[in-house]
This record gives sequence, structure tokens and C-alpha cells, in this order.
Amino acid sequence: MLKEKEQAVLLSQEKLAEGIFSIWIQTKAAKEAVPGQFMSVYTEDRSRLLPRPISICEIDRQRGAIRMVYRVTGEHTGTKQFSLLGAGDLISVMGPMGNGFPMEKARGRKAFLIGGGIGVPPILELAKQIDCESRQIIVGYRDKHTFLRESFAENGRLYIATEDGSAGTRGNVLDAIRENELEADIIYACGPMPMLRALKTYAKERGIECWISLEERMACGIGACLGCVCKSKETDSHSNVKNKRICKDGPVFLSTEVEI
Amino acid sequence: MNMTVNIAGVEWKNPVTTASGTFGSGAEFSEYVDLNRLGAVTTKGVANVPWPGNPTPRVAEVYGGMMNAIGLQNPGIDLFCKRDIPFLKRYDTRIIVNVCGKTEEDYCQVVERLAEEPVDMLEINISCPNVKEGGIAFGQNPQAAEQITRAVKRYARQPVIMKLSPNVTDIGEMAKAVEAGGADAVSLINTLTGMKIDIDRKSFVLANQTGGVSGPAIHPIAVRMVYQAAKAVKLPIIGMGGISCVEDAIEFILAGASAVSVGTANFHNPSITMEIVDGIEEYMRRQGFEKITDMVGIVN
Repeated sequence: MLKEKEQAVLLSQEKLAEGIFSIWIQTKAAKEAVPGQFMSVYTEDRSRLLPRPISICEIDRQRGAIRMVYRVTGEHTGTKQFSLLGAGDLISVMGPMGNGFPMEKARGRKAFLIGGGIGVPPILELAKQIDCESRQIIVGYRDKHTFLRESFAENGRLYIATEDGSAGTRGNVLDAIRENELEADIIYACGPMPMLRALKTYAKERGIECWISLEERMACGIGACLGCVCKSKETDSHSNVKNKRICKDGPVFLSTEVEI
Repeated sequence: MNMTVNIAGVEWKNPVTTASGTFGSGAEFSEYVDLNRLGAVTTKGVANVPWPGNPTPRVAEVYGGMMNAIGLQNPGIDLFCKRDIPFLKRYDTRIIVNVCGKTEEDYCQVVERLAEEPVDMLEINISCPNVKEGGIAFGQNPQAAEQITRAVKRYARQPVIMKLSPNVTDIGEMAKAVEAGGADAVSLINTLTGMKIDIDRKSFVLANQTGGVSGPAIHPIAVRMVYQAAKAVKLPIIGMGGISCVEDAIEFILAGASAVSVGTANFHNPSITMEIVDGIEEYMRRQGFEKITDMVGIVN
């Protein structure tokens, strides 16, 4: 059976904060998706060709549905078009794409589940599914728009950081870790590059295993075009140079295998 | 309905192939496309040694298309021969290997190495706008284009397709130059050099500053150039540039292309190549063409 694009039915759409939207779609992808994977989402407009990689926020296997929380990146963008869709509308998707977080490694260990900005959503399904000794969720936001906060609170011990101090610790996720004197044996994270770099250093200093989900501009989303590579420590078996494909080899990598 | 085409002595079951760089080595797309359905698979460019390519960001969307500056990242000819050719040999399709290089010697080394490999055709990329040396330097000057064609022909066992750049004043002159150098076919167009600026960050969107523009926006330019090249030379032409649906592909054939390559559209719909094969057949039925070759260049 060849894989192909799918016309998914949009079940609901809701605005969570300024520019942040949440959709539930009915899709075959719900059967096999795991936390940390993403969906390629397409516009119906041929002037905007490329799939938008959007992370999976929640998976409802009973309903065969997937939730995606995404940011509208501007007025004349594909994500703006998605935000105008309503229940019953069709939306072209392909997925699940990429590799998710290796959850099995957390068994019996104290884990940090860390999200920053628009990297927060995939941490929710991870928090719901992961089986570990201590589930410490640390999420960072710009301001008081702490979207998904209530859902996180239901799925672990929640710590919040905001850049402007309007909720939780003033600063970033590492400031929240320090302020609350938190400790972990394993880290899972998704968020902006400066945050991931800081976590990579933090993990290295403490000898902690750290899994990070990377983002880059993508074109094909299936590992063919080599648009979304990141530098890797070792020569990669596919590229034969020190480049890994974020869409296909990732988006989740062990922090020590990539140069960020 | 007869969809077979003969490109420089190589018979393809239908006139549809993939544009180099948009389809990996074929393996990456094989989960989405039955490669047996394609006339040929054209691989991503391969050089004599592995190339790491350009820094990221390498791609950006533009209105009606995209821009890329991958920089011809490739695993090098050794791994390519060991891994990618045997993979493609499992399918009933023609194999066209796209060859890139920085110097004449680089190109010749790859072509010579491929002489002993079970590949059907070579496509020589003298038109990549994203690498500093080689590539397009050979593709913007008729004398240089003729010379590199002659050089690779000395080592080539398979028919040689020269891939032309649209970033020239007179495409007919470039086509004539490679014909004079002994090319067996031409393919066109490669991407058009473009630039995109991020007005918030006040910087270039692509790390390489410039990139190659592809997608539906360039289709009319490509059709015009294929038409002009068809007027200029007797060589078979593989037409490409912005094909996003079957109608776009048919335009190239009517303008004078014997075959077509589908590129950027693979990113919007990975099944598009198969849909275009079916769509051409449907068009032939509707229009009463018995042979695809009867369609080539009939718009004059």
C-alpha cells in the first residue's frame, strides 16, 4: 500500500490565545501516531505549495482524531488559511511524519518534560503517555497567554516560566528548574533553538540523557529534498556527510548527536 | 494508446520522469510512488566525493513556488553506486543519474565511474545556481558549455543529457552549444536565481542569500524556453519547470518536449507523478492521439 495525502475532516477549531489555534481532525494517522511526531498539513491554494509541519499535540485513538496546536505566522500565510476552517471542513494532511520521543527510556526515571513557545504542544501527549517515576513538566511562554496550562496540570507536576513574569517563574524554563530546585535523570524537550542549546549544555554538564525535538524550514517533509538538515556529530548513514534530516531522521534527536 | 518515447536511443514506457533534486535517489519516494509507473527516475545530483551542501535555512516558500539553496548535498559516487543504483534496479523504470561537479575533471570522473554501472542515461548539471564553483559557470557561457559537453562525452558510455540553465540571455544559443559539443539530449529548465528578504529580521531568508526559484510561478517561462530550444536544435528535449498538474506537462510536450520532469510538485503531492502519467493518457484518449510522439511540438 502506497502512502498518500489524506483529506481529513476538521472536527473543531478553537483560538487558545492571540495567534494560537487548536484543531482536532479525524485522520488515519491517529492509529499509529506517537508523541513527538508531526503532520504535514497542506493548503488547497497552489500558490502555497509546501506542507506545513505541525506537531501532534494530542492523540485520541478511540475517536481516530489528532489535535494540533499551531501559530498563525502572518496575514497571508497557510496557517492563516487553516485558522479560518471550521468543523466539517476538509484539510489535506499526511502523517504521522518523523520519529517521536523514545518514551521507554524514561521508565523508572525522573523526567523533565520541557516545552517552550510553540514547542509546548507536543509535550502534552508525551506527558499523557509517558511512564516514569517523576513527571515534571516545565513549560515556558512569552507572557500570560499560557495556553494548554490546565491540560498540563492534569498530567504531571507543572512548573511555568514566562519571559515577562506574568505567570510562574520570571525567565525561561531553566530559571524555573533552578528556582524550584528540580532534578531529573532524563530530559525531553521541544522549543526554540536557544532553549534547546541551553538544555543541551545543562544536560552535558550533569551527564543527563536529553532528547530534543528540532524545527527547520522543510520542503518535502519525507526526507528527499535535504532542505531541513542539521549538523550531526557523526557522518550520517543516509547523507554520507555530517548532516541529519530533521523531517525523516528526527525531529527528535539525542542532544549529543546533533550540533546545534 | 502508445505512450512510449525514445530519448536518444533509450526507450521509456512513458514520458514522465522526476526533476533532479526533488526525488532523492528514488528510494525516499518509493513509499509514496510506485516507481514502476514512471518512464524514468532522475536522481539527485551526485559528485565524485560527498558534498555537505549549504548552511540552513536552505528552503523558503515564495508565492507560487519555492526557493532552494541546498547546495547539491550528496553522498558521493561510491556510496551512490553501492546503495542507490542497486535499489533502482529493482524497478522497471529507466535510471537517469544526474552528475554534478566543480571542475571538468570532477564531472569526467563521475561519468567514467558510471560507464560500468547499469544506468540508462546521464544528466549533466551545468546549471545549479547554488554552488560557488562549477555548476552554473559551465551553463552560462556557450563555449564553456560546449567544452564540458565534449569532455564528458569522451568518458560517457550512456547517452548524455545536458541540463540547461534559464539564467541566460539566449537559451537557443546554449542548446546549440551543447549540441555542437555532442550532447544526446537537453533538459530544461533548471531553477531561476532568486532572492527573498525577511523584512522583520532585515536579512536574507536563505543562508546562501540567493536560491533557485521553482514551482508553478516559473512554468510559462519554462514553456517558452523549451519552445525556443526546440526551434534551435534537433536534440530530444526533456521539458521541466513548474509542472504542477497534467495540463502543465502537456503544454511542454506540445511546445516541443519529448518527455517531462516533475519537480517541486512532488513536495505538494508525493503521488503527482503517477497522476500525471494517467492524466496524459486520458488527454490522448480524449484528443484522439494514438501515439504520444504525435503530440510533440505540434504547437508552432
